[in-house]
Amino acid sequence: MNEQQHGDHPVSNGRMQVSLFVTCLADLFRPAVAFASIKLLEQANCEVTVPLSQTCCGQPAYNSGDYEATVPLARKVIEILEPADYVVVPSGSCAGMICQHYPRLLEGEWRDRALQLAAKTFELTTFLTQIAKIQPLSEHRTELPTITYHDACAGLRELNIKEQPRQLLQELCGVAVKELDQSDVCCGFGGTFCAKMPEISGKMVGDKLDNALATGAKILTGGDLGCLLNLAGRAQRQGEDIEIRHIAELLCGDLDTPPIGQSGQR
Amino acid sequence: MEQRSNTFLENASEALKNTEQAKRRDSMARLTPLLRSAAIEDVGDFESLRQQMKQVRQHSLDNLDHYLTQFEQEAVHNGNRVHFARDAEELNSIVLDICQQHDARRVVKGKSMVTEETGLNSFLQRAGLDVMETDLGEYIIQQAVETPSHIVTPALHKSAEEVRELFKDKHDLGPRELEDTTDMVAEARQVLREHFLKAEVGIIGANALIAENGYSMLVTNEGNGDLCANLPKTLIVCTTIDRLLPRAEDATAMLRLLARSATGQSQTAYTSFYSGPSRDGDVDGPQETHIVLLDNARSEMLTGDYREMLECIRCGACLNHCPIFTSVGGHAYGWVYPGPMGSVLTPLLTSLEQSNALPNACTSCGRCAEVCPADIPLPDLLRDLRHEETREKLSPSRWRLGLKLHAWVSQQPWLYRALTATIIPLLHLMGRRRGSFTRLPFASGWTSERNFPAPQGKTFMQLYKAGMKKPNE
Repeated sequence: MNEQQHGDHPVSNGRMQVSLFVTCLADLFRPAVAFASIKLLEQANCEVTVPLSQTCCGQPAYNSGDYEATVPLARKVIEILEPADYVVVPSGSCAGMICQHYPRLLEGEWRDRALQLAAKTFELTTFLTQIAKIQPLSEHRTELPTITYHDACAGLRELNIKEQPRQLLQELCGVAVKELDQSDVCCGFGGTFCAKMPEISGKMVGDKLDNALATGAKILTGGDLGCLLNLAGRAQRQGEDIEIRHIAELLCGDLDTPPIGQSGQR
Repeated sequence: MEQRSNTFLENASEALKNTEQAKRRDSMARLTPLLRSAAIEDVGDFESLRQQMKQVRQHSLDNLDHYLTQFEQEAVHNGNRVHFARDAEELNSIVLDICQQHDARRVVKGKSMVTEETGLNSFLQRAGLDVMETDLGEYIIQQAVETPSHIVTPALHKSAEEVRELFKDKHDLGPRELEDTTDMVAEARQVLREHFLKAEVGIIGANALIAENGYSMLVTNEGNGDLCANLPKTLIVCTTIDRLLPRAEDATAMLRLLARSATGQSQTAYTSFYSGPSRDGDVDGPQETHIVLLDNARSEMLTGDYREMLECIRCGACLNHCPIFTSVGGHAYGWVYPGPMGSVLTPLLTSLEQSNALPNACTSCGRCAEVCPADIPLPDLLRDLRHEETREKLSPSRWRLGLKLHAWVSQQPWLYRALTATIIPLLHLMGRRRGSFTRLPFASGWTSERNFPAPQGKTFMQLYKAGMKKPNE
């Protein structure tokens, strides 16, 4: 392979080699997120591969405290992803799991391998703004209506994802985010929390949705499908007129896929 | 105090139904973070200040034996009597003994979460003593026969209207309006003044103990702590062994963060250092002073996996920033300490079996750790407690086995693909018309509060392997 250095970042044949960690929620519920991620990475001059034996990063068991069940899964994920030059993840919480929690969970040699993987693993919007530096197309793919953004907690606090999605929406789509009140407060998803403590979770997601609706935005977006499924489910339950979509879909102008939790037959 | 931590869900449900209180909690949830962040911005580099705080706390705990000995020597040198109490019962008996030695009938108390932990009030009352709380919030809940709902602002759950009615009911002061809070505060002050003057014993807590000079430090906004400490003939300071700091300078480092984190004040109205009994020539002060140092599982924590929790300075910032605490309020946690710090402390001070619901009352959002002035990784400690809960099989087996199975299937890609390639397209077909499910078997926790969004179609992996660039192309 024709290896050469491009700045600090390894490239081959002039393109960065990226492995996409799809995340289980995108794989199962929202393939549009993964396809959009591939498209954006290619637009940023990356060569994207999708390791086929990937499944889930292990957050459900880990967050519930079953470290013993998580360890073999985390090792498996490391084995699958570590050959890559870069790993890109369209989710702050799954990227945070790999970058922050694998090294905390694992010991010895596996901890070293986890740290090496963490160093080359990036959440999608961070990768596109700070590493691959995506350039806008000559014209916007789609005109977007007013957008508000939900800062998912893991991305915000574990990986400092705050400006990245806003910058990309501005540069690639020409839209400024209409900020929602209480933007640093959790939406009540919390993995298994939402099913273990539904009433409290319901109160929290109701508050978050109210704050989003109060902006008057037509689209509520964010970088984590867990939160977005939670918000979309609540919006459908309340019959609210707001579209909920992942940031990757918006950045590549995909408004054809029906919003999360909505039917394409309306 | 009877513990009701394991009915957390039921307690929370009840709290959410009280819409008046929920509304007040919502407005507090908006206000307190704003007050804190304004005060913290004012102080400059929060991160370096809290790292300094953390280092001081860690160092104190690493050398706790040394500093405890030093503190005891200095405090005794200043004329105090120092007592060590292994558990709640010992602290309560030590305090009662002191009261009985002086034939005391009346006790006034400053705010102290440690004595809430030991249930001192009811213990002394059962022995026939008249115990009066003098912190306004504590006074209100004592009159209402309730427990604190917040470690800093114990009567947070009470409205002005409720306090007005309570005071009119409890204070025999004839017809009066008590129009605004100023009137109510004035009335409480008037009533309490009598108690301060009559009491033979004053009991207060401490925010810190300073090893180098044997002083205890207390911050209050009402000055009631100083009246408790100075008017009665006998003073008893009740606190825990982990409150130690090496130097007075370290206490000032704590002061830079404590009130800012707690209430958004740059400092509280009163910051007092108590050295010991009054000396010849002093115009006032107690004649006899005792310091009771409670262990109650702290030395176990010191050598265990949750040692960082001992670095807590009890500011309450984690409560004010926790969306679960602000949703359900402190009483739902069912014991003395609520919110994130309480969800770590309660299992350690009582038992995990009695309180394993609490570590689950967390979305790992990390807001508590972000504002903690001692940089305690609260979400990690709560997850570690869930780890213990799993190992001890305290969580429902349906959850435990389900998650184990999920983790196992996720390690068998071929099986995972086969299962998801069957279930997901089927779910899509079933939910296609509406786009989401209002009800779904095995997902009632989810669907009780929100619809379950249907999958978009086939799985990404099905589509990707078939060489499609976009779904349903």
